[in-house]
Amino acid sequence: MIPPSFDYHAPDNLEEASRLLLANPEAKLLAGGHSLIPMMRFRLAEPAALVDLRKIPGLSGIREEGGSLCIGAMTRESELEKSDLVQSRYPLLADTTRVIADPVVRNLATVGGNVAHADPGNDHPATMLAYGASFVASGPSGQRTIAASDFFTGPFSTCLEDGEILTEIRVPEAGPGSGGAYQKFERKVGDYAVAAVAVQVQLDGGRIAGAGVALTNVGLTAIQAGAAEAALVGSDGGDAALDAAAQAAAAAADPTDDHRGSADYKRAVVRVLTHRAASSALARAREAS
Amino acid sequence: MAECRGLGHSVQRKEDARFIRGQGRYIDDVKLPGMLYLDIARSPYAHAKITKIHEDTAMAVDGVAAVITGKTLEGFKLAWMPTLMSDQQMVLPVDTVKYQAQEVAAIVATSRYAAADGAAALEVDYDPLPVVVDPHEALKPGATKVRDDKESNHIFHWEHGDADGTDAALAGCDTVVEQHMHLPRIHVASIETCGCVASWNPVEGHLTLYLTTQAPHAIRTVVALVTAHLGLAEHKIRVISPDIGGGFGGKVPVYPGYVLATAASVVTGKPVKWIEDRSENLQADSFARDYHITAKLGSKDGKVTALKLDTVADHGYSDAAANPSKFPAGLYHIATGSYDLENAHVSVDGVYTNKPPGGIAYRCSFRVTEAVHAIERMVDLLARENGEDPADFRLRNFIKPEQFPYQSALGWEYDSGNYGAALEKAMDMIGYRELRAEQAEKRARGELMGVGISSFTEIVGAGPSKTFDILGIKMFDSAEIRIHPTGKAIARFGTKSQGQGHETTYAQIIAEELGIPPEDIQVEEGDTDTAPYGLGTYASRSTPTAGAAASIASRKIRDKARKIAAHLLEADEADLVWEQGKFHVKGSPDRAKTIQDIAFAAYTNHPQGMEAGLEAISYYDPPNLTFPFGSYICCVDIDRGTGQVRIRRFVAVDDCGVRINPMIVDGQIHGGLTMGIAPALLEEISYDADGNITGGNFMEYLVPTAMETPHWELGETVTPSPHHPIGAKGVGESATVGAPPAVVNAVVDALWHLGVRHMEIPMTPARVWDVLNEHGAAATR
Ligand SMILES: Cc1cc2nc3c(=O)[nH]c(=O)nc-3n(C[C@H](O)[C@H](O)[C@H](O)COP(=O)(O)OP(=O)(O)OC[C@H]3O[C@@H](n4cnc5c(N)ncnc54)[C@H](O)[C@@H]3O)c2cc1C
Repeated sequence: MIPPSFDYHAPDNLEEASRLLLANPEAKLLAGGHSLIPMMRFRLAEPAALVDLRKIPGLSGIREEGGSLCIGAMTRESELEKSDLVQSRYPLLADTTRVIADPVVRNLATVGGNVAHADPGNDHPATMLAYGASFVASGPSGQRTIAASDFFTGPFSTCLEDGEILTEIRVPEAGPGSGGAYQKFERKVGDYAVAAVAVQVQLDGGRIAGAGVALTNVGLTAIQAGAAEAALVGSDGGDAALDAAAQAAAAAADPTDDHRGSADYKRAVVRVLTHRAASSALARAREAS
Repeated sequence: MAECRGLGHSVQRKEDARFIRGQGRYIDDVKLPGMLYLDIARSPYAHAKITKIHEDTAMAVDGVAAVITGKTLEGFKLAWMPTLMSDQQMVLPVDTVKYQAQEVAAIVATSRYAAADGAAALEVDYDPLPVVVDPHEALKPGATKVRDDKESNHIFHWEHGDADGTDAALAGCDTVVEQHMHLPRIHVASIETCGCVASWNPVEGHLTLYLTTQAPHAIRTVVALVTAHLGLAEHKIRVISPDIGGGFGGKVPVYPGYVLATAASVVTGKPVKWIEDRSENLQADSFARDYHITAKLGSKDGKVTALKLDTVADHGYSDAAANPSKFPAGLYHIATGSYDLENAHVSVDGVYTNKPPGGIAYRCSFRVTEAVHAIERMVDLLARENGEDPADFRLRNFIKPEQFPYQSALGWEYDSGNYGAALEKAMDMIGYRELRAEQAEKRARGELMGVGISSFTEIVGAGPSKTFDILGIKMFDSAEIRIHPTGKAIARFGTKSQGQGHETTYAQIIAEELGIPPEDIQVEEGDTDTAPYGLGTYASRSTPTAGAAASIASRKIRDKARKIAAHLLEADEADLVWEQGKFHVKGSPDRAKTIQDIAFAAYTNHPQGMEAGLEAISYYDPPNLTFPFGSYICCVDIDRGTGQVRIRRFVAVDDCGVRINPMIVDGQIHGGLTMGIAPALLEEISYDADGNITGGNFMEYLVPTAMETPHWELGETVTPSPHHPIGAKGVGESATVGAPPAVVNAVVDALWHLGVRHMEIPMTPARVWDVLNEHGAAATR
């Protein structure tokens, strides 16, 4: 459980961080370190150098601006938990952060690291897909904004290019009639999900005008369940619509057999959780109407 | 005089001040000048021939000082070491590895980092061999043979009881239930992993071994025996067991790392530290359980009459179980449990497989958990088959209070018990009949809830010297007490606390006997140079053995104190009356001398002709084991959508005889219950067909946290042990032993109406959901 030796850099600006990454193809960014360092301890990752983001100003914080909830990449999970804004207006995000790991991990783990690590077991990717969030990245060729639906390209891989750094996560600002919920089923606290489902809905009158449904740890990446979203949109959110969405989500899941259970079991859990998450999201959206 | 706070007082634990303030001294806190570090390269294969170890690849790493292989050790006749069960185990393999994560070579380096880099850099060539992981497969003719030095994979057949009589009794029963069950491999997962610092002094020819061990003296003797041919002798070996962060049986065995660090220290002449990491601890240290049991229980006219257990025990590649020498299957023959039945037979066949060795008594007095699981599951099944509520069936079939001392069909003499009282108390506490009514209503609505009982009988305090020994050393234990002139005391013991609170409990026993307050008594254990010889702490034996020795030694001191008091009071010894902490002259309570006065006199004014000083030692050979018991009731709710079992309530009524420190007893039960629900719901170490381990780290080996742990509701009854000097029985393991079947019985109870009769453990959500799905009871929302 002892990593091999590595160089360590802690630059104080993004340009320098990008430069270090480009100069050193075996280097890795270090955020909260709670995915990367365990992998290094098991010697599954052996980066020659770490480029620590913690000294770069402006990378953390939570604010509403320009129609978005903007979350700095270096914002710790525990800050989401403590944020009144998140807790009162973004229930899907509030649900998600609460079921990530345990309080000790959440004191250090960052939202940016969670998304950038792109572990199919990480919880934020599905939540960001359900929200229709976008990610701001800064790199040698400047800054760009990437839709969550384009970001995750495979297990532990994203569309970020060499030297590119995720700086901010933008979630569409919560308006009246919006609500969401994250339902995660885990074997014990701190475990990665057996399966988890993120649901975000927008009500218009009595009907669902928009819906996002995405799944955690039942495929190579987080999965956006388009058919489940379609089953909800236009409906009144009644039982039949929820059942249809739940079945569609289960069909969209692509799990494998492992120590968390069989593929059939995980699909069944996705179905159950989709129903539960959608009911809870709808109740919250009605409350926010 | 200060109140002495002996038995029955929840005295704050004396050891907690240093633990809470981070001042404990654990093995990794031991740092010696010039110390080297050792790391171990391990096998990726479960069975393979080692064709070459490229030592140069590790030696090339900066800071690496030496590479030790099986060939190196072979030169010193140290490649193999004996196990407690008369088998042998490799320190390092000379040619083949037998399980994944087995030690292959040791790397000694100037820093811990360099040692780890050396272990990672070491290249080893292997030729993989066929693997056998299933013990039933291993017993078939033509199976891959695990051990080259043995004829087959069958290690031993052990049986106990009357086979023919039991078969005949079962044939005469009107109701017989049969069930196969597997108690999977689990691991103690103590928070502190194992390790040592070996410090060889070449000038003195002296070895100091700082070791995470529950049995320092036994280890010293074993080291002396194993290294005698190298010229090491027992008076030149000092074993020091510092503070221990949890043992649970996992720190009884001798691990190859200890031998390697010692060899490395002898070779380099420098102290060598070896600390294993979490993965090594889970993957290579001794496992527990792994019993495949086929059980039969029969009744006639509603009365339990016969029990039969046939067992296949998976021991891994060596029989390195930690049992008393005459008990290859431990105390498994406690299996008749709390029930009055006349015919019983148990058998165990030990088998080699390509897995790590072990079979330790994980918070259990040698295979008692296995026995209790079997009988408590079977009694539940038999009750149902008789159409009777499992509580009522138990109450009718229990051994009755007036039957004690009770001679069991398998040869034990139970010391004392009142099983009905404990169960009735648990039923009252949880509202058993009300829960049954609630369950009926819920069932009608399609909700799943269940109530499960376990009325266990433990057997602890090994043990009487006529039957109990380890490698010939009798299983007594010891206390040595010295009273200082100012009336304070030091007491040393042959046992070794790993968190049980000995420093407090022992001090309270002495306080009770001598009237010296616990805070005036320094308790020490774990240093073989100072403590009297003893067999150590495991199997809930400390209070039954060393605790009894504390009483007896105290009483010896009291006898001498009486003589001194008589001298001081100018009275006849026979006229003195002892009341806690002082002697007074019969009829004149004012003419008294306190134990402190007497202690002072023992050094300053003792009677002519008497030796000075006030001290005593006792090596206590218990006349019998003690038999703690209890009744646990667990109430569960099951989520039909996910298969998750939630423990809603758990009532535990324990009877451990006289309670010394009730707070410590409660703490032991809290921890034990948590470790008891763990294998029922969460924990398992399993292997795929190639012998690859799953569950070898804390992401996969699911130790319960506070979030998975229900609120424990504790109750007690007190039935003193008639043969223990203060009536106490052990309590460290009751809850681990008693809890698992209560949870299983509750889950099976919740699913009974669906036709479910048994659940294997751990009852993971996936496993429960599979059962629900099979019976058409899984929900979709
Ligand atoms: C015991 C335990 C349990 C856990 N359980 C869960 C869980 O249930 N659910 C869950 O979602 N997570 C869980 N985690 C993971 C935890 O949330 C991680 O911390 C998180 O996945 C990564 O965040 P980090 O800040 O620690 O990133 P790091 O570990 O520092 O980095 C992770 C990866 O992302 C890259 N990276 C980090 N920041 C950036 C950036 N700004 N731009 C580009 N690349 C970047 C790094 O180079 C690295 O490759 C658990 C972790 C532990 C230790």
